[in-house]
Amino acid sequence: MNQLDKLREVMRRDRVFDFVATREPVASGRLDTRHGPILYLEGVSVSFDGFKALNDLNLYINDGELRCIIGANGAGKTTMMDVITGKTRPDEGTVFFGQSIDLTRLSEPEIAQSGIGRKFQKPTVFEELSVFENLELAMDFDKRIWANLTATLTGEQRDNIGEVMTTIGLLDSYNVRAGGLSHGQKQWLEIGMLLMQNPRLLLVDEPVAGMTHQEVENTAELLTSLAGKHSVVVVEHDMEFVRSIASTVTVLHEGHVLAEGSMDDVQNNEQVRQVYLGA
Amino acid sequence: MEKKSFLLSYYEKDKGGGIFLAVLMAVAIIVPIFNLLVPDSSPFHVSTYTVTLLGKYLSFALLAISLDLVWGYCGILSLGHAAFFALGGYAMGMYLMRQVGDRGVYGNPDLPDFMVFLNWTELPWYWQGFDQFWFAVIMVMLVPGVLAYIFGWLAFRSRVTGVYLSIITQALTYALMLAFFRNEMGFGGNNGLTDFKDILGYSLQEDSTRIALFLVTAVALALGYIISRMIVNSRAGRVVVAVRDAESRARFLGYRVESYKLWIFTYSAVLAGIAGALYVPQVGIINPGEFSPLNSIELVVWVAMGGRGVLYGAVIGAILVNYSKTYFTGAFPEAWLFALGALFVIVTVFLPKGIVGLLNTIKSRKKQPAEETPP
Repeated sequence: MNQLDKLREVMRRDRVFDFVATREPVASGRLDTRHGPILYLEGVSVSFDGFKALNDLNLYINDGELRCIIGANGAGKTTMMDVITGKTRPDEGTVFFGQSIDLTRLSEPEIAQSGIGRKFQKPTVFEELSVFENLELAMDFDKRIWANLTATLTGEQRDNIGEVMTTIGLLDSYNVRAGGLSHGQKQWLEIGMLLMQNPRLLLVDEPVAGMTHQEVENTAELLTSLAGKHSVVVVEHDMEFVRSIASTVTVLHEGHVLAEGSMDDVQNNEQVRQVYLGA
Repeated sequence: MEKKSFLLSYYEKDKGGGIFLAVLMAVAIIVPIFNLLVPDSSPFHVSTYTVTLLGKYLSFALLAISLDLVWGYCGILSLGHAAFFALGGYAMGMYLMRQVGDRGVYGNPDLPDFMVFLNWTELPWYWQGFDQFWFAVIMVMLVPGVLAYIFGWLAFRSRVTGVYLSIITQALTYALMLAFFRNEMGFGGNNGLTDFKDILGYSLQEDSTRIALFLVTAVALALGYIISRMIVNSRAGRVVVAVRDAESRARFLGYRVESYKLWIFTYSAVLAGIAGALYVPQVGIINPGEFSPLNSIELVVWVAMGGRGVLYGAVIGAILVNYSKTYFTGAFPEAWLFALGALFVIVTVFLPKGIVGLLNTIKSRKKQPAEETPP
């Protein structure tokens, strides 16, 4: 029995040697959301020349959730997006996509290919290409050079682009140069490009800036319909808009999460009223 | 059958290019006929001097295409593209030099004259193999390509863009010029490589050789155009344009922006090298002056003049500017640089899209845009 105890001591699960532990390689490419959250940000800090843009930020986004992030200018919203998409590396902390993909070790294209799409604050489309070509390039296919030298679209892919053009209301202007679109249409085109990319997680930075009332409503509808199949994180200033779409709102302040909850909870939160809503 | 329909649709998409190729083909047929068959006394006779001049223009046109690919399509303003042209030229020059054999002034069967003059006793290692034409042809493409690859890899990986990249490309060509000026480099120093005798056994002084060189240049230009056109028409070509318009957007869509830039830059350098190799046997000399920063800047003017972002625009620009250069430097030698400066100012201020842009504006004013139908 004594021998057996000794053996058990060696085999204790919580004390295995590193090489015994069968850890999944980082960025195995498989997104694992068994535990609920699709995005983990833990203790993330970023500073620029001494200014702490993010300060011990902890944020969890659940799979299929639609989350709104609000905060004053300089609260770290865009920096947070930059950290998730690999544009900025955190000084401290971990950023995981699902259980297994360490985003701090991947390059921007790798992160995009692993299933994270991002819409910029300023609508960013390929101005000299047509609407159709913009959507084509966003499509989820092999992004390497040699594959693209000879690639042609299949009928299915064309239909797919057609569907997205219908969704974003640009079907009639498929051959229009993207640079010639209105501001709101560019916003929609960029959202359409995100749809083509078919990511699991969408990061949307100020989607309704410069849109008419009707367009804002349509955008709200679109984003709500995306939640469930995709996870959506929206950064927005327009409180009306946030109220119309969000179930959960996170308030950032000085690079830190100040409050989290439903819109009503957040608006009634004393701290939030002080620093952000100013009421 | 399928191939034919492919070619047909290709020409429908690219009318300007179709016209350019047709004109090029016509010139390539007519010029030799008027040179060889029409007697000297006839006013229609095309002198061999003109044939060589045209061949020179065509090699410049190929160089302009190569710059247009990186500048017009990928947005990388290279101010050192003449360096790749000159490297290709030097590789060809080395072959031609070895072909001289013992017919040099000093009659040394192995060493070119300038090496004998410098009291060198044997051929440096990097001159080995250049007695073989195939080796020289490989080097014409390999040397500019490898240099562009290394340079681009370092620059693009560090995300050097815009004016900074332009400045370091300028520095690259300037550094190469200084290096090639040195006699110790073993490339003929100040005088460069010249006094070539023959190529593949044919005398460079013969009219027929000149015509052949002209034709080879025309074919190379046509092929270079068609291949480049296929690249920019492919999806990879659209990615390159996308990188120019919104680099970060392309990156966040999952494209490795650096690889695309590196690849188009290297391809372009190879094209420039080929242009240089065609240029040297026609003008009969290559010297470090070809690396001079002014050449690269002139090249940018050609492309801007013709219309960047349009391949045949670069060709039009190259031929037009060089024709006026030939004319001005003959008629008013002092005025050329002023004329060049004035051209550049006029183009940037009044014709941001060059001559091709002007033609398109005139055309679209004439007719209403056709009705578009969704796919």
